[in-house]
Amino acid sequence: MSRLAIHAQHVSKIYRRFAHKRQFATLKSAILTGSLVRDLRPEETFRALDDVSFDVEAGRTYGIVGRNGSGKSTMLKCIAGITKPTTGTVTVSGRISALIELGAGFHPEISGRENVFINGIMLGLSKAEIERRFDDIVDFADLAPFIDAPVKTYSSGMYMRLGFAVAVNVDPDVLLVDEVLAVGDEGFAHKCLDKFAEFRRRGKTILLVTHSLGLVERFCDEALWLDKGRVRAVGDPKRVVDAYVTEVEESEEAHLAAQDARARELAEQRPQVSVSAAPGDAARDGGQAVAAPVVDVPADMFQVGAGRWGSRDVEITRVDLIGPDGTPSHVFHAGESLTITLALEARAPVKDFVFGLGLFNADGVCIYGTNTNIEEMSSQEFSGSGEVGFVMDDLALTEGTYKLDVAVHKLDGFPYDYHRQLYTFRVKSRVKDVGFFRPKHSWTFSPSIRLTRLDGPEGWRPHMPDDAPRR
Amino acid sequence: MLHNLRQLFRHRALIQSLVTRELKARYRGSVLGFFWSFINPLLLLAVYSFVFTVVLPGTHPREIEPYALFLFCGILPWTWFSSSLTEAANSLMAGGNLIKKVLFPAEILPIVAVLANMMHFFFGLPILVLFLLYFRPTITFVEMLWFPVVVAVQLLLTMGLALILAALTVHFRDIKDLLSNLLTLWFFATPIIYPMHIALPGISKSVLNANPFTHLAVSYQEILFYDGPLGHWRWLLALAGASALLFLFGYFLFDRLRDSFAEEV
Repeated sequence: MSRLAIHAQHVSKIYRRFAHKRQFATLKSAILTGSLVRDLRPEETFRALDDVSFDVEAGRTYGIVGRNGSGKSTMLKCIAGITKPTTGTVTVSGRISALIELGAGFHPEISGRENVFINGIMLGLSKAEIERRFDDIVDFADLAPFIDAPVKTYSSGMYMRLGFAVAVNVDPDVLLVDEVLAVGDEGFAHKCLDKFAEFRRRGKTILLVTHSLGLVERFCDEALWLDKGRVRAVGDPKRVVDAYVTEVEESEEAHLAAQDARARELAEQRPQVSVSAAPGDAARDGGQAVAAPVVDVPADMFQVGAGRWGSRDVEITRVDLIGPDGTPSHVFHAGESLTITLALEARAPVKDFVFGLGLFNADGVCIYGTNTNIEEMSSQEFSGSGEVGFVMDDLALTEGTYKLDVAVHKLDGFPYDYHRQLYTFRVKSRVKDVGFFRPKHSWTFSPSIRLTRLDGPEGWRPHMPDDAPRR
Repeated sequence: MLHNLRQLFRHRALIQSLVTRELKARYRGSVLGFFWSFINPLLLLAVYSFVFTVVLPGTHPREIEPYALFLFCGILPWTWFSSSLTEAANSLMAGGNLIKKVLFPAEILPIVAVLANMMHFFFGLPILVLFLLYFRPTITFVEMLWFPVVVAVQLLLTMGLALILAALTVHFRDIKDLLSNLLTLWFFATPIIYPMHIALPGISKSVLNANPFTHLAVSYQEILFYDGPLGHWRWLLALAGASALLFLFGYFLFDRLRDSFAEEV
């Protein structure tokens, strides 16, 4: 077995919850026992890390993923030695450089040049070493024309770049990175990634804390998933990330379900919009995708917020969104199937009815709408209870949150039951293309244009789809 | 603790560059720049001279002449002492970024505060030398040998207090506000604007003797202002011993509370 670069054993970290009252108790126990929290009652403390153990072999790239507040940064600080674990031990072999906050030690009043020297010394370099690397640092940060100006005149991007340049030029054996790739422009981000790749080639250990799961999958040899301070999974990055993503989806699912339930409840409580008998002239043409209810309020139905209205002669009792596994859900994957089912109840037999459906993006823009009338089906009869399904074999939407309208109404638009944006679902996608709609497509290239797929171990390069701007 | 003290020695390059940075940064952007190190003590001296010769004449004994020189002997080291403590008390909060985000030995921050102010003290010395050359050309070399000893004792005392204050202020921010008033009181309870040997109606000799800065001020005055050998050396050496103990205690306390800084700052 190869040498361990980081060896964390049963690391727990307990923080004191903020309270003024016990200030003296904290101080006393700190002085007498060397521990801030030993004398505190459990309700006055917060467990940021709970018995976390893991090893990182030298030369490996290790990713830590987890939600906000899961203890990732605390773990990183324990490894860096900035804070000590309450119990347990962390041993690190070799020189550490922590990219936790870039340029943390910069003094705004003095020049970039002087700050490089002081920052370098803080990170453990000697003056001679910094002199030798000075030009590299300035080149890397791309700050040659400004290096003698006081740091306070720098833009935040320049500041971060200089901080990053110093930290990576310390030539650490173990590099700790806490979500710093978000700094700088596209070009600088690539430079940073190239620098990490170089570290890897030179057999250095990298510990990466990030929310960029794609980066973990492509770049890390091993990954750890922290959840509420505990280790949830460790091992192959793809599997760890998958497990993590699945759980995030589950909790999003619960969140969306709760949100929808609340919206429906509100819609029920709201006084019914008066349903005048006046027949509408909408819904006869395809311009109005879903037949507009004949009500006196929504002049422009696309401006109306969530709600429910209608005579309820035919009632939509239940709406389910069903994924490929056949169970109702709120989170779906682009390209997979999605079926929307409406359970219906007719008070009395009806002959005049149209089922309609509309898809909206998060901003409320209608991106698709249709109904059975538009699609040239004419109603015959419906009595008792029944079910309608709207089947999409290939969910051609990009990643994002969408809202759904469902309705049953008369041909002239008189609403039986209209559910306005009461259902929310989320679409996930591995490809981070932009817009709403993904037409089925493929690329072709003439032989003179050569491209390769970027999914090998070293295939972690600029201009991945992941780098595309996000909405 | 001993291990940490040795570590501290290893960090001397860092301390040195931080002190330099402090000095460079302080007057950056001002017109007179570095000259403020000389002008500041002169202005302070001018203010006190004005107060005690124009506003309140006759409050100091006749034989203390030139009074400005006498004042200067006490005010210059006092400025070092009081601004060191004020800055040190705030140093961990001001350097919170370093403590929370970088692996950084926290004791360096109060120590840098003390050393940077010591440098300002040194920059004020040429003014003092000019005064001496003008008023007291008879000063002897042997007497001057005591001067670095007094400076060393003051450094030790100040560092000890600085470490304690820095560590406690993290837990009790109240200290910052209390300290500035306490230092004003301390200033007037020290024979700086008045000589040690005059009888003060409100304050007894033993109170003055219990005040550590008394012995520093009196030593400075005996070396620089009065003729004759340093009569105060026994007190000075006793203070040196006490200061060394205080420094060790301060370092111990600081070391004990070290782990709390990253969380409490």
